[in-house]
Amino acid sequence: MDTINLIIDNKPIVVKKGTTILEAASSIGVQVPTLCHMKLDDLNIENKPGGCRVCVVEVEGRRNLAPACCTDVHEGMVVNSHSIRAINARRTVMELILSDHPADCLICAKSGDCELQDMAQQLGIRKIHYPGEQSHYREDTSPAIIREIDKCIMCRRCEMMCNEVQTVGVLSAINRGFDSVVSPAFEMNLDHSECTYCGQCVAVCPTGALTEVDDTGKVIRALSDPAKTVIVQTAPAVRAALGEEFEMEPGTLVTGKLVSALRRLRFDHVFDTDFAADLTIMEEGTELLNRLGKHLAGDKDVKLPILTSCCPAWVKFFEHQFPEMKEIPSTARSPQQMFGSIAKTYFAEKLGVERENLVVVSIMPCVAKKYECGRDEFKVNGNPDVDHVITTRELAALIKLSNIDFKTLPNEDFDNPLGESTGAGVIFGTTGGVIEAAVRTAYEIHTKKELPRLDFDELRGMDGIREATIDFDGLPIKIGIAHGLGNARKLLEDIQAGKSEFHAIEIMSCPGGCIGGGGQPYHHGNAEILKKRQMAIYQEDKNKTLRKSHENPHIIKLYEEFLGEPMSEKAHHLLHTEYFDRTE
Amino acid sequence: MSKVKSFTDLKNLKSEYHKKQIFGTPAESLVQIKVGMATCGIASGAKEIKKFLIEECEHQAIDAEIKQTGCLGYCYAEPMVEVQLPDSEPVVFGYVDKKRAKSIIENYIIQGEEIEGEIPISFKTIND
Amino acid sequence: MTDTKKQIRIALRNCGLIDPEQIEDYIAQDGYFALGKCLTEYTQDQTIAEIKESGLRGRGGGGFPTGLKWEITKNVEADQKFVVCNADEGDPGAFMDRSILEGDPHSVLEAMAICGYCIGADKGLIYIRAEYPLAIERLKIAIKQAREFGLLGNDILGTGFNFDIELRYGAGAFVCGEETALIHSMEGLRGEPTFKPPFPSVSGYMGKPTNVNNVETFASVPVIINKGAGWFNKIGTEKSKGTKVFALAGKINNVGLVEVPMGTTLREVVYDIGGGIVNGKEFKSVQTGGPSGGCLTKDFLDTPIDYDNLVAAGSMMGSGGMIVMDEDDCMVSIAKFYLEFTLEESCGKCTPCRIGNKRLHEILEKITEGNGTEEDIDRLKVLSNVIKDTSLCGLGQSSPNPVLSTIANFEDEYLAHVKDGKCPAGQCKSLLRYDIIEDLCTGCTLCFRNCPVGAITGERRAPHFIDQSLCIKCGVCFEKCKFDAITLT
Ligand SMILES: Cc1cc2nc3c(=O)[nH]c(=O)nc-3n(C[C@H](O)[C@H](O)[C@H](O)COP(=O)(O)O)c2cc1C
Ligand code: SF4
Ligand code: SF4
Ligand code: SF4
Ligand code: SF4
Repeated sequence: MDTINLIIDNKPIVVKKGTTILEAASSIGVQVPTLCHMKLDDLNIENKPGGCRVCVVEVEGRRNLAPACCTDVHEGMVVNSHSIRAINARRTVMELILSDHPADCLICAKSGDCELQDMAQQLGIRKIHYPGEQSHYREDTSPAIIREIDKCIMCRRCEMMCNEVQTVGVLSAINRGFDSVVSPAFEMNLDHSECTYCGQCVAVCPTGALTEVDDTGKVIRALSDPAKTVIVQTAPAVRAALGEEFEMEPGTLVTGKLVSALRRLRFDHVFDTDFAADLTIMEEGTELLNRLGKHLAGDKDVKLPILTSCCPAWVKFFEHQFPEMKEIPSTARSPQQMFGSIAKTYFAEKLGVERENLVVVSIMPCVAKKYECGRDEFKVNGNPDVDHVITTRELAALIKLSNIDFKTLPNEDFDNPLGESTGAGVIFGTTGGVIEAAVRTAYEIHTKKELPRLDFDELRGMDGIREATIDFDGLPIKIGIAHGLGNARKLLEDIQAGKSEFHAIEIMSCPGGCIGGGGQPYHHGNAEILKKRQMAIYQEDKNKTLRKSHENPHIIKLYEEFLGEPMSEKAHHLLHTEYFDRTE
Repeated sequence: MSKVKSFTDLKNLKSEYHKKQIFGTPAESLVQIKVGMATCGIASGAKEIKKFLIEECEHQAIDAEIKQTGCLGYCYAEPMVEVQLPDSEPVVFGYVDKKRAKSIIENYIIQGEEIEGEIPISFKTIND
Repeated sequence: MTDTKKQIRIALRNCGLIDPEQIEDYIAQDGYFALGKCLTEYTQDQTIAEIKESGLRGRGGGGFPTGLKWEITKNVEADQKFVVCNADEGDPGAFMDRSILEGDPHSVLEAMAICGYCIGADKGLIYIRAEYPLAIERLKIAIKQAREFGLLGNDILGTGFNFDIELRYGAGAFVCGEETALIHSMEGLRGEPTFKPPFPSVSGYMGKPTNVNNVETFASVPVIINKGAGWFNKIGTEKSKGTKVFALAGKINNVGLVEVPMGTTLREVVYDIGGGIVNGKEFKSVQTGGPSGGCLTKDFLDTPIDYDNLVAAGSMMGSGGMIVMDEDDCMVSIAKFYLEFTLEESCGKCTPCRIGNKRLHEILEKITEGNGTEEDIDRLKVLSNVIKDTSLCGLGQSSPNPVLSTIANFEDEYLAHVKDGKCPAGQCKSLLRYDIIEDLCTGCTLCFRNCPVGAITGERRAPHFIDQSLCIKCGVCFEKCKFDAITLT
């Protein structure tokens, strides 16, 4: 029998075998509260430890209450989701969680966006009947992430993300009983661990236990320093998500409002990381074609596939996990760093401003970018190419702090020259986008023909690992795509085992790519939001008149005026990098 | 040891061992001594007692087989020693230190006198 | 000694009889006959039927019918299955399993092979705590000998049946005895339970069907095969067959291991076998079921011991710890003591157990320190019930039992703590009060000179006084006074 008849809150229903009480209840509009449970449909990501026990319901004939999230329905089951026994138990459990949680909501980074806070309100907790000792841990601050573990409620979402999805394995439950907590091994600091700073733990933490390092103060200080010229770049994924912070529908594109908000924040020039993304394609695409050409000519020293290198968490991941393969990824810097490098040379020269007096701020969907900008190889005499990185969420906070009514802002355009971009640059924000952008350019350079079409549906989607073969005018180019580091690991292991047949692989650390980055508005486990952001990104691409990086007039000009050719000596110096073995 | 190739082999082995081991069947002249040597026994000094019994029996020229065994359950009275004289039922002694061990040998084994501290067997076996 | 052979040794049949390091000794006692019989005379289903008919239930605590578990595991289709022996034995004070493994390791190996034959597994794993070095040593010897004799390995007894056994070591966490936690621990993961279903029989070690049984359960199997289910199921009560090994401890004369038929009364165990209470004191309570069992009063002494009766009485069988308490034991402190254990051993995964037990403990502490209120007793009850109702695994689901059963059976003792500020057993230090009886005090100054905190004042040859706010209840004055002039209330 494949269907099950049961009754939930007096309502008879029929569901598929293997359905949980939670799912069955939700299908008839009974929203059993949950806290630790989190499911990202389509991405195959689920956290279901059955640990918080908030979702307990009463099942007739059962000795104890049943956790709705992990109990499968059975024939004839009678469920009461709000019996007095269930409500009392649920509220007591909630009180227990709160009894071991600092009550500093008023000044917590997560306040207003905290699932624990919401649940306490939903359950109407007004008093904690079981006060007692609270756990205390050292605060851990890394270049990108702050762990304020007193606020951890042991939902284990971060652990699941770090171990199962990302296979980094930094976070795990340690200690026993009341002292148990999620932490790097031996309670070491995150920056001593193999953490990639992908921020996926932050993205799913329901409380304020994991947050990004707040750099808004630095940005405000720079903006108010008359000696500094402060310019800003904003990553593609930001425009597809920022609106959510202002109660706009997920998937609303707010590019124009974003630009005008940044102007009102008094940035001297408002630029676009998409410009640098186009530049990345010029370099990376050329590198791909070079390596491919040599490979096809039988050069054994050339390694394929070539791997994209725009994602700093991915870079740190392979530096720790696959250092012996550090020759394979493209040497092209990420768009953020290419932007910084060009800004502090080409553009600074144009402005006639000293490098030291030019401050480059990035708005990123990403927390790893905070770490990336601090890497030594991206500094000149100690001065970083990118000074400060703030996330989409921090930008929203800054806009609110500056009394700007975001929703009513007019649409404005980016400044030039570093604000011009093509649709290829935009799609960097989603999984599959970088490689699609690369294909658009590499195809035309290689075949010297115009692409018959611009949308490569075979490269799009949300599957964790995707593959496609693109016909380069008779030359079949095999392309792999992975998002989520666990998926990346699988492709890397294939390469290691000599089983990989790909010519090029795109890797992004975050599920969904940067649209699902650790610095984006919290999705609270709703995968629909990610899909809507993805749709918005592709929409923005469609809206553009120019959709191929090599057609960006300011990129062409940049090469003419400054860089020469892609992969030129100067380009190498400014736009490429090297990788390090971090296992020592 | 070559492998036991069939159930019949096993049955034959059993009879062979059973005869050798004289379980329950009084042996001609051999004194059987078992020392309880599970963790509790060893913790209370059973190893020393076993060594002492071996030395002492040798010294007194007693024809004895002294072996280790598991726990009889009388933890409160460890170390435990079970003695089976030819033609008699096994007798269990508790709280055996060297002094008692000596007395067991000299008074019970050699003289056949009853001595104090005998612990009655308080259980049925699967064969009762 | 009053014992008139109230014990029957089935699981312990060879302990104390054979040399555990000699496979010959085991064979001489019909060792591996049950395996031989199953492999040559019984089909898998017949063997399972025999175990089912015997009525054997799991001795690890849950009391699940063993034959049924084997049948379920057998009926799951899989390319590989496992037999796991749970030798974690985490109950404090319990050592039944250790004794069996130290005294008769082959009986467990033989039973695991029989189980493997029944369910279709060729691999057995024994999960044993590393703190059991002697048991590990003897198991290693036994496995080696069994392999040499061809009783483990390939083509056992020429029947084509293959089965081998390996040891896995646990770090000695109590919760790792819970079967899903045990399996995760064997897989190299954190030893914490996961929600059941799926049960290990369906998805266990490496995701394969895995039959987990306790040491004592296994040790009973060969006898059942050799002597027949009909012999075994005549022993015991209607729903609990055979015998159970208990580790008797506490204020009892004959501390040790006993194996009694199901249906024996607690009185028989405590008085006839255990020899009664130490120093002839008054029996107060017997605690069964390990750290999360319940404390039963003398009213339950005539309860025949079996799985269902103990649960009905508010306790449980557990793995076989049995601790006897006398008039000097404070039941609030006892509840606190057990909670301290579960608190430390909780894996911390679920809220009610991780935080709830901590809160229970804090409230008990408050009561034993003399700061409790009647409301606290209610809070204990309410919270205990929620913890039982909502915890993920058996540990949390039973951890409040000592609290609930002591409140149910000894509420007056709780009330004495919170209402009168007294600990009737005189165990809670904070609630003790030393006073000097003026009429008896000669003013010898001995107490004054011995009090470590200077709480006693008084002139020579005049009555002395104790300043209650300074007194730390060390009792030195009480011991030193030669005139019995100091009272303890
Ligand atoms: C907290 C906890 C601890 C447990 N510890 C043990 C143990 O030490 N030994 C054991 O055999 N079973 C233990 N169990 C029971 C096992 O989960 C499992 O039911 C048992 O091993 C099954 O074997 P059985 O059917 O032969 O009893 C424990 C259960 C819980 C909830
Ligand atoms: S940032 Fe990523 S790698 Fe680092 S702990 Fe979080 S999930 Fe793991
Ligand atoms: S840090 Fe956050 S996500 Fe991780 S377990 Fe704690 S509350 Fe959950
Ligand atoms: S995928 Fe994007 S948001 Fe995520 S870590 Fe990489 S660069 Fe950052
Ligand atoms: S009840 Fe306790 S031991 Fe069991 S899963 Fe929950 S926290 Fe862990």
